[in-house]
Amino acid sequence: MPRNLGYAAVLAVLAVSAIAFAGPSGGSVNGKVTYEGTPARQKPIDMSKEPSCAAQHATPITTETVVVGPGNALENVVVYVSAGAPDDATPPSQAVSITQKGCQYIPHVVPMVVNQELKVINADQTSHNIHPLAKVNHEWNKSQPPGTPPFSEKFDKPEFIPVKCNIHPWMHSSFAVLKNSHYAVSSGDGGFTLANLPAGKYTVTAWHEAYGEQTQEVTISGSETKTINFAFKAKPY
Amino acid sequence: MNANKIAKFLFLTAAVLLTVPGRVMGQQMEAHMGKLTGHADAGKQLYYRFCWGCHGFRGDGSGENWLPTGSYPSMPYLNIQPRNFDAAVFKCRSTPTGTLPTDQDLYNSVGRGFVMTNMPSWISLTNQQRADLIAFIKTFSPRFKSEKPGAPINVPAEPKPTVESIKHGQELFQKLECWKCHGPEGRGDGPSASTLTDSNDQPIRPYNFAVGSRFKCGATNQDLYKIFMTGLDGTPMPSFADVIKPEEAWDLVHFLRTLQVTNKTAELALWQSTKEGAEQVASRKVGGTPTGSGIK
Repeated sequence: MPRNLGYAAVLAVLAVSAIAFAGPSGGSVNGKVTYEGTPARQKPIDMSKEPSCAAQHATPITTETVVVGPGNALENVVVYVSAGAPDDATPPSQAVSITQKGCQYIPHVVPMVVNQELKVINADQTSHNIHPLAKVNHEWNKSQPPGTPPFSEKFDKPEFIPVKCNIHPWMHSSFAVLKNSHYAVSSGDGGFTLANLPAGKYTVTAWHEAYGEQTQEVTISGSETKTINFAFKAKPY
Repeated sequence: MNANKIAKFLFLTAAVLLTVPGRVMGQQMEAHMGKLTGHADAGKQLYYRFCWGCHGFRGDGSGENWLPTGSYPSMPYLNIQPRNFDAAVFKCRSTPTGTLPTDQDLYNSVGRGFVMTNMPSWISLTNQQRADLIAFIKTFSPRFKSEKPGAPINVPAEPKPTVESIKHGQELFQKLECWKCHGPEGRGDGPSASTLTDSNDQPIRPYNFAVGSRFKCGATNQDLYKIFMTGLDGTPMPSFADVIKPEEAWDLVHFLRTLQVTNKTAELALWQSTKEGAEQVASRKVGGTPTGSGIK
């Protein structure tokens, strides 16, 4: 009997690893997000009213409305499949999180799927109030004094939600509540990858908090990788 | 188009538009408050007589009496935008932040009015009329059809104020950084006060305790308890429900009463009976205006 159990266990492990290693098959979309023109200069933030945060920054940080990199790269753009993919039947079990540190939101843009758990963390020695200015979802506003444990929330409808802390008026973030898990945020070099896309025709949307959104159609056949790029016109103000 | 035709056109348009709200799929919206039941059809008549001048034809808070800051002519009659019923975000609730208020909450708000704003107390209407109005304003937002109000937060029986509870409340006022907006003496002049905006980007001031006027959402200690445990949705005032224990919340209530130096409350008298409290109260200046204007 124990021997049989042992075999069963080995078989189970093999089966599980086979699934895990094979992974979901399919193609992918990658590319780069750039800007054209001159983006508005980001202003330095005066944190002197909040010394515990000011002390965390050797040099004053700037606003993060438009974050750019070398080669006209545009960071913090949410690139996602807006049509062509089914909505996630169940939200991902892994939570996404946002941390308030040095009176900044990390990360600046938080994509998540409808009904996915969002963990809000205060790593500062000061109180923050986290206030998503939702219009489609419910607007709420919660205080989070230093040392209080993270709390969890979720949004049940797709929406791009501006987030602010009223105590520290320079703190801004965006929650991107999306219908499915096929999303990415452009990194420092503007790059993004949407992996594990089954063959099909998709609409891919790129959203930036200041520059709005753009869409492109893409068709994936088999396990090919398609490249699409987005270029936003920078506003100089 | 001659004048007659224009008048006819306007009349017909108004007639068509007026038939839109109120009834949804033949079913009338109701509001329930204790033994009172409000009916939207009756409330609609009242709304288009008393309310729409400020709250707007469609209940979106853009009636002709309100003009946004910076609009032309730049002389708004109302300096605080009337509630937008379409958004269904309400300040005064007994329910947690992010949830719909109960019918009773809305009914109380209409009867109470909003101090320091142009929203008067509507006790001139009958109880039934106010109930009917609540049923009608709920038709402006689809949320009232698809969702239930939040479960009212539990407000435990108030313990007797003691010097210890006031002192502990004072510690909480420091620790929770209420003073960041409300000021170290509760005068609405904290370091963040001048930067505050509501969810429509209109400037908004934190409450000035020193003036001692009624709170926006009521006058009792229970109301004060609810204000910081539910938060005033649509404003910078957050909910503290997750971070203050119920017994601590009462300590904070007792301390906040001592900041209202012009109100002769039992808490203030008790605090002034101690040496520390008497000195602290005597050192406080009474100043500013209820809305906090004039602060730096």
